[in-house]
Amino acid sequence: MTFLGMPARNLVGEPFPVAARAALGDAQLRRNLAKATGTIRAKRASVVAELPDWAQLRASGAAIKDAVLADLDTYLLRFEAALVERGTTVHWARDADEAARVVTGLVKATGTAEVIKVKSMATAEIGLNDALADAGVRAVETDLAELIVQLGDDKPSHILVPAIHKGRAEIRDLFRREMPGVDPDLTDDPRALAEAARRYLRHKFTTVDVAVSGANFAVADSGALVVVESEGNGRMCLTLPRTLVSVVGIEKLVPTWQDLEVFLQLLPRSSTGERMNPYTSVWTGPAEGQTSHVVLVDNGRTATLSDPAGRAALRCIRCSACLNSCPVYERTGGHAYGSVYPGPIGAVLSPQLTGVRHNQTLPFASSLCGVCYDVCPVAIDIPSMLVHLREKVVDVRAANAESAAMRAVAWAMSDSGRWSRLLRAGRLGRALGRRRDRIGRLPPPLSAWTDTRDLPRPPQQTFRDWWESR
Amino acid sequence: MRVALFVTCLVDGLFPEVGKATVALLERLGHEVVVPGGQTCCGQMHVNTGYARQALPVIRNHVEAFADADVVVTPSGSCAGSIRHQHADVARSHGQARLADAADRVAKRTYELSEFLVDVLGVTDVGAYFPHRVTYHPTCHSLRVLRVGDRPLRLLRAVRGIDLVELPAADTCCGFGGTFAIKNADTSAAMLADKMSAVLTTGARVLTAGDSSCLMHIGGGLSRLRAGVRPLHLSQVLAGTADHPAEVASR
Repeated sequence: MTFLGMPARNLVGEPFPVAARAALGDAQLRRNLAKATGTIRAKRASVVAELPDWAQLRASGAAIKDAVLADLDTYLLRFEAALVERGTTVHWARDADEAARVVTGLVKATGTAEVIKVKSMATAEIGLNDALADAGVRAVETDLAELIVQLGDDKPSHILVPAIHKGRAEIRDLFRREMPGVDPDLTDDPRALAEAARRYLRHKFTTVDVAVSGANFAVADSGALVVVESEGNGRMCLTLPRTLVSVVGIEKLVPTWQDLEVFLQLLPRSSTGERMNPYTSVWTGPAEGQTSHVVLVDNGRTATLSDPAGRAALRCIRCSACLNSCPVYERTGGHAYGSVYPGPIGAVLSPQLTGVRHNQTLPFASSLCGVCYDVCPVAIDIPSMLVHLREKVVDVRAANAESAAMRAVAWAMSDSGRWSRLLRAGRLGRALGRRRDRIGRLPPPLSAWTDTRDLPRPPQQTFRDWWESR
Repeated sequence: MRVALFVTCLVDGLFPEVGKATVALLERLGHEVVVPGGQTCCGQMHVNTGYARQALPVIRNHVEAFADADVVVTPSGSCAGSIRHQHADVARSHGQARLADAADRVAKRTYELSEFLVDVLGVTDVGAYFPHRVTYHPTCHSLRVLRVGDRPLRLLRAVRGIDLVELPAADTCCGFGGTFAIKNADTSAAMLADKMSAVLTTGARVLTAGDSSCLMHIGGGLSRLRAGVRPLHLSQVLAGTADHPAEVASR
């Protein structure tokens, strides 16, 4: 359920089981995903294994983030003061709409018709490109994968690699069709594709004078912002244009410069499986002749912070290790989650940012296998958080057949006498499996099981009856 | 040692052979098995589906049933995981501090079967004989909640006559996930399909695991395919002897 104007706009989609069904039917998508996530999983595992102190780094990352979150008001004011002192203008936005309105206003004030963008999840979350388009400004994504998504009028399906669902042949066709001035004989060789994007983007870097970025980290005591990337296009955007607007979620803070030591070890190894990413840009205040703005965005973060069992989701550094490792994500892809934050972290973050009432299926989009927790560089216990959010969903939902059944079963299971009688009654199910000694078809909702799996025929004698007769 | 068996609701009602095998194995190793009559279920299905409040009386029932046990053994990684990692937290977060403390006491004495055999009894060779090709699926909660590691494999490697073959991508979830298998049946089935093809590449006659729930899922899929692979709980493989061989013919 999505209503325009709600914070949910870019964080809610169709119910997960419905959206997943469409994705599961796409064999090409599943091949693309399995190959891409399999490769990156193996790279991550090998570079993480190199560090003997990974467990300590992970615990430090979690502790630093928790400390910031516990005193977020203090750190935010410290950060604002440091920014102002160095000549950056600071804006505060309560929700997605306010953030998009502030950024759009700043961009419009420059008189530009185009902005170049550094890859940023926060701007995707607030729906900035659409807001700018409504105001007559074209946003140009400069991250290669974001550009692919944008040219295809598509949606990102992965936090780190937004076009992970696209094969290179599809990308070649898209470039030939949509990229101005592209070689009509472009091949699907990755180098040729990157070169085509480079030519297109170079022109933008030299002609567009306004840039919008996010930030991977924000250092509270100095006002420094950090962008970590692979391609160098982000650095072009950060350094060339005369106006730079940075959209930053309020949870991105770390207390001091030294804390980055921890995160710059955790992030690249977890996300791209590299020891260090190729480009790390750090800027403290505007460059000479540059005007810089920072827009600090809440959009559900304060509400998330108020739940002790859910707030650890705000530790997330957007590495994507949980997406790459998740057996559900690998099969459904990111679009099924309906949020700019897909995968396991999306399943705990999106419902908290929107409120679970508006996002009821995502907490159930997991088999609770636990891989996401194991690979998380800031130790977010995603499985436990999913279970917690499921309880919140049940609390806000009206009573239904499921809740009635659950109540009845819990009542039976609270007393061994009642439970024994229920088990004995279950032997009536033997009639269903009489012919083949297995049950192949049951009515809804249990048909969801028997559509693909047999059930064993209930035994003649339960264990407890056997034990008593022994 | 006097061992209280928590047989689990699923084994009690659908897979009694798993409970019988666990009893046979523990008695063969010279231990006294008791089955507290008050037991029902750990309540995990309720907790994991969002019905933690409804699970509270189920948890209370479990804690009371096993309050006097010296040691509790269960043939399920998932149920042991719920007892050890959920019961007290659920009770505490719902304001039931005394239940939480009692749950903590039971949790400390509760072991999954392979943990109990290897860590408490200190045995890896349980004297089993099982002359079949077997592959082992490490269930997610055994692996990532309890961290049983290679304990089940150490037990299996010591079985006489066994032809133990490695399962490709063994640590990937089979797609069961409790009510996930119903609520997200399509995704669950896609995960199951990959797990089944991994099982079939091994050429194993028997698929074994430490959880009857996951075996019900993978086994249910294999049965639908008429694949001829028999799902057997770890306890059933370990209970087999030359005199009393385990039955492996597909039902």
